[in-house]
Amino acid sequence: MIPVTFDYVRAESVNEAIQQLKDSDGEGKVLAGGHSLLPLMKMRLTEPQVLIDITGIDALKEVRKEGDRLIVGALNTHREVSIHPDIKEHIPLVAETARQIGDIQIRNKGTMGGNIVHADSAADLPAAAFVLDAEVLITNEFGEQAMGIDSFILGPLITMMPEDSIVTGVSFQIPPTHTKSTYLKYFHPASGYPVVGVAAVAGTDSNGNIDFVRVGITGAGDVAFRATSVEEELLGKAPSEAVIKEASKLAADDGEMGSDLFASPEYRENLCKVYTERALKSILL
Amino acid sequence: MSKVVGTSVKRKEDSRLLTGNGRYSDDIVLPGMLHATVVRSTSAHAKIKKIHVEEALNHPNVVAVYTGKDLEGKVGPVPTSWYVPGCNLKEPPQYPLAIDRVRYVGDGVALVIADDRYAVKDAAELIEVEYEELPAVVGQKEAMKEDAPLLHDDIENNIALQWKAGEIPEGVMENAEVVVKESFYVQRVFPSPIEPRAAVAQYNPGSGELTLWCSSQNPHIHRMVLAEVLGISEAKFQVIAPDIGGGFGGKIGVYPDEALVAFASREIGKPVKWIEERSEHYTAANAGRDEIIEVELAGKKDGTLEAIHVKNTANLGAYLSTMGAGVSTIDFGMMITGTYDIPYAACETTGVYTNTTPTDAYRGAGKPESTYQIERIVDLFAREVGMDPVELRKKNFVKKEAFPYQNAQGLLYDSGDYEKPLNKALETLNYEELRKEQERKRKEGKLMGIGFSTYVEMCGFGPSEVVGAVGFQGGTWENSTVRVHPSGKVTVFCGTSPHGQGHDTTFSQVVADKLGIPIEDIEFVFSDTKSVSMGWGTYGSRSTAVGGAAVSFAADRVVEKAKKIAAHELEVAEEDVEFENGTFSVKGVPGKERAFKDIAHSANMAWNLPEGMEPSLEAQYFFKPENFVFPFGTHVAVVEVDKDTGEIDLQRYVCVDDVGTVINPLTAEGQVHGGVAQGVGQALWEGAVYNDNGQLVSGTLMDYTLPKARFFPTIESDFTETPSPVNPLGAKGVGEVGTTASIAAAMNAVVDALSVYGVTDVEMPLTPEKVWKVIQEKEGNQ
Ligand SMILES: Cc1cc2nc3c(=O)[nH]c(=O)nc-3n(C[C@H](O)[C@H](O)[C@H](O)COP(=O)(O)OP(=O)(O)OC[C@H]3O[C@@H](n4cnc5c(N)ncnc54)[C@H](O)[C@@H]3O)c2cc1C
Repeated sequence: MIPVTFDYVRAESVNEAIQQLKDSDGEGKVLAGGHSLLPLMKMRLTEPQVLIDITGIDALKEVRKEGDRLIVGALNTHREVSIHPDIKEHIPLVAETARQIGDIQIRNKGTMGGNIVHADSAADLPAAAFVLDAEVLITNEFGEQAMGIDSFILGPLITMMPEDSIVTGVSFQIPPTHTKSTYLKYFHPASGYPVVGVAAVAGTDSNGNIDFVRVGITGAGDVAFRATSVEEELLGKAPSEAVIKEASKLAADDGEMGSDLFASPEYRENLCKVYTERALKSILL
Repeated sequence: MSKVVGTSVKRKEDSRLLTGNGRYSDDIVLPGMLHATVVRSTSAHAKIKKIHVEEALNHPNVVAVYTGKDLEGKVGPVPTSWYVPGCNLKEPPQYPLAIDRVRYVGDGVALVIADDRYAVKDAAELIEVEYEELPAVVGQKEAMKEDAPLLHDDIENNIALQWKAGEIPEGVMENAEVVVKESFYVQRVFPSPIEPRAAVAQYNPGSGELTLWCSSQNPHIHRMVLAEVLGISEAKFQVIAPDIGGGFGGKIGVYPDEALVAFASREIGKPVKWIEERSEHYTAANAGRDEIIEVELAGKKDGTLEAIHVKNTANLGAYLSTMGAGVSTIDFGMMITGTYDIPYAACETTGVYTNTTPTDAYRGAGKPESTYQIERIVDLFAREVGMDPVELRKKNFVKKEAFPYQNAQGLLYDSGDYEKPLNKALETLNYEELRKEQERKRKEGKLMGIGFSTYVEMCGFGPSEVVGAVGFQGGTWENSTVRVHPSGKVTVFCGTSPHGQGHDTTFSQVVADKLGIPIEDIEFVFSDTKSVSMGWGTYGSRSTAVGGAAVSFAADRVVEKAKKIAAHELEVAEEDVEFENGTFSVKGVPGKERAFKDIAHSANMAWNLPEGMEPSLEAQYFFKPENFVFPFGTHVAVVEVDKDTGEIDLQRYVCVDDVGTVINPLTAEGQVHGGVAQGVGQALWEGAVYNDNGQLVSGTLMDYTLPKARFFPTIESDFTETPSPVNPLGAKGVGEVGTTASIAAAMNAVVDALSVYGVTDVEMPLTPEKVWKVIQEKEGNQ
């Protein structure tokens, strides 16, 4: 559990960090909370030659509203995300998700940006990111770009992150005000990561029919996914126990189920259904 | 001064440990110290064709690299310490580094020494081992098959031992009205101390003396065994166990790694430190349990139990560890009747070598497994004859009047009153109401379960003659010296070796009451072979019952001598002197007295001692117990199972333990809590898993579930006190009871919940998926 030798530098600005990344010839890695990167380094699964510490870049800590989107700076820790008033007001789903990540030490160190860039198949935040049409804000020497979460995350620990880039923040779509949301997590008893985590946002129109519903599921397989079959099944219907139960049976249809020592694909599929049903019931009934 | 034994004195050691002022092995830094790491086999079974060490040797920080061949003639194999007789025990040599063949993932292959802790890891990566893979075998049943690969060429069918105890007369099983059978797998688990293993060795080339700091539960055993392995005089060899972050049995073992570190220091003439890594720990440190237990319990329709027959097939791993042979035989097989008066019992144990890390004692060592099988099968028997499990237990308990009671296997239970803690637990639970609630819930389609475990275990290891007769290579008596300084402050030495149990505190309470002095005046010295004359360490819940007893006797001796001095000074006959609360007084003459402190001064100055008396106030006592001690009690778990997911909600945990006289309720309760966590952990969450190739797939804490505080409800712990006649304290053992009792309690609760489906067993750990599958199967996919 001892990493190989590496250098350590601090970046004062996004531009400086990008320059340092370029200088490292592909051998450098950005260090944010370190709670995903350092374990990998200690197990010698990754061996960067230089760590570029971005935690001193205040610009990456901003939270701001732009139209119907809320932009959360990459360096906000899970703890900060879980208590930030604007996040709680506009995208409470994200605050609720962040509150359920790891334990208090992890929430105090781990960051929004790190969680998304690391793209662990069992990370919590991607569920909410899929549900709220998140865009990953990326800056490099060629400028800035926003990439939809579904094109950004390709697989476990695999992203479309361009070389020598910094994620400055994640932009979330603010859901309609009449909706409610929740994140329901089945904790892996050993790691604390979700075996299945279901993020749901839904609301009904004046006739009592569902006019907005989003379901995102993380942990169940290699990548988080939107359970669009569930959404389609529900849209336009009046919510009831039976309707939700029926729709939730489709919860695993849009994703591939993974497998590990703790849970088989079959069991994960069941968890997707049960947790989707419970999540939807809690916000619709 | 009021008595302190029996009160919840806060732990003396905590201010040191909690403020970071403890001194663990890794805190030991010596001038010129080098760092060691062990290159370990990545293959479960293979021939070593070649080990390429040149590149590592060329690393600028590297001082030396050793392979198994380099050690030949310099360090011997590390022997077991338990030669169980009459079982055809076969002990293969376990060399500190594998010589031509590796037998489990984690087997040591090379030792690298460098002058830097980081660099030594880099250098280790440069060593390349060429293996020729051999077929591996992981399960004990598979390893016994005719066509199974052999681990040790001369050990047929990989069978290490075949042991038998007890006999059931012909016809008893065959003619019984009811026979209940079940096979239980008590799976392999990791003791998981928070501090992995560690060793620092310092050899003095001038004097030939060797000092070894090591994270050991029994430094004197380490010295005895390693002196032989290294060929060094015990008189020139000091072993110190500094502060230790838990052992749970995993640090009883004398390991190859400790021999290696000592060897390297002697070879190089400089201090060498080795600190095990967390993931290394899971492949290289002894694991616990891994026993397949087949039980048959015979009795009458009215619930009377008549005979029990048990077969245990134990996975010993690749080599015979320090206590490896004893756990599944003596520790397990002598206790198979539990708290019940079952006239006939027989146990057959087969120990098997496999391509896995060796197994050894783990909290309870054999007793949790034994309790598990009897408590589980008794529940099933109750179900079979249609009795409440509590009623069946009460009917068959060894009666209070029967003590001392000899069980069918010949052990003499010292004292007991099994109904007492059971009744107390029933009251706490409001048992009848609880059963009604269960009925109601069942009607609502909910799965609620109540599980009992009314256990007894053998602790206080042990009477030397018996221990010798069963082949353990140790005396297991204890020794203590109470040294009174001129000021009246006291240093006490004891041969047990605490590593989290709080003996500093509890033993001080014993001394404080004996000498009538405040606890603050008493300091303890443990765990150093140079300061403490022989001792046998801490395991098997022996420390208070044996070590504490030695302390108590040594303190008596001090008082005895002090009394003589007091009588001399007070100019009265010794019989006229009374000693209470730290004051020697003359019967019937108020005011004529001497404080303990005054006598301490007199004794040390020796200006005016009784004729012929030796100066100083110090006494030593060697205590050899006449029997083991047998704590008992009742543990109850209440669970509800989520039908949709198979998740188990542990709603209540009630335990009433009888550990004899309770010296400190606070630390006793702490021991119970920790024990329960590890027992329930085995039932519900923990499980070491190998794949068919012998790769450990549960090798990190991301996959291996250690129980966490939030998994538990408040543990409702209480005690009854039935003193043991075996020692002057009346104390039994408390360190293991929680684990011994709780595995069965948790499992019985879940099986009770699932009994609506006719379920009799689900293999541990009860992961939600397993439980869910059982429910699915029974309910059908709606
Ligand atoms: C014991 C434990 C339990 C955990 N439990 C959970 C859990 O339950 N749920 C969960 O979701 N997560 C969990 N985590 C992970 C945790 O949330 C991490 O903190 C997070 O995933 C990574 O964030 P970080 O800031 O620590 O990133 P780092 O570890 O610093 O970095 C991770 C990766 O992202 C890159 N990176 C980081 N920030 C940027 C940036 N702004 N721009 C470009 N690249 C960047 C780094 O170079 C690195 O490759 C757990 C971690 C631990 C150690």
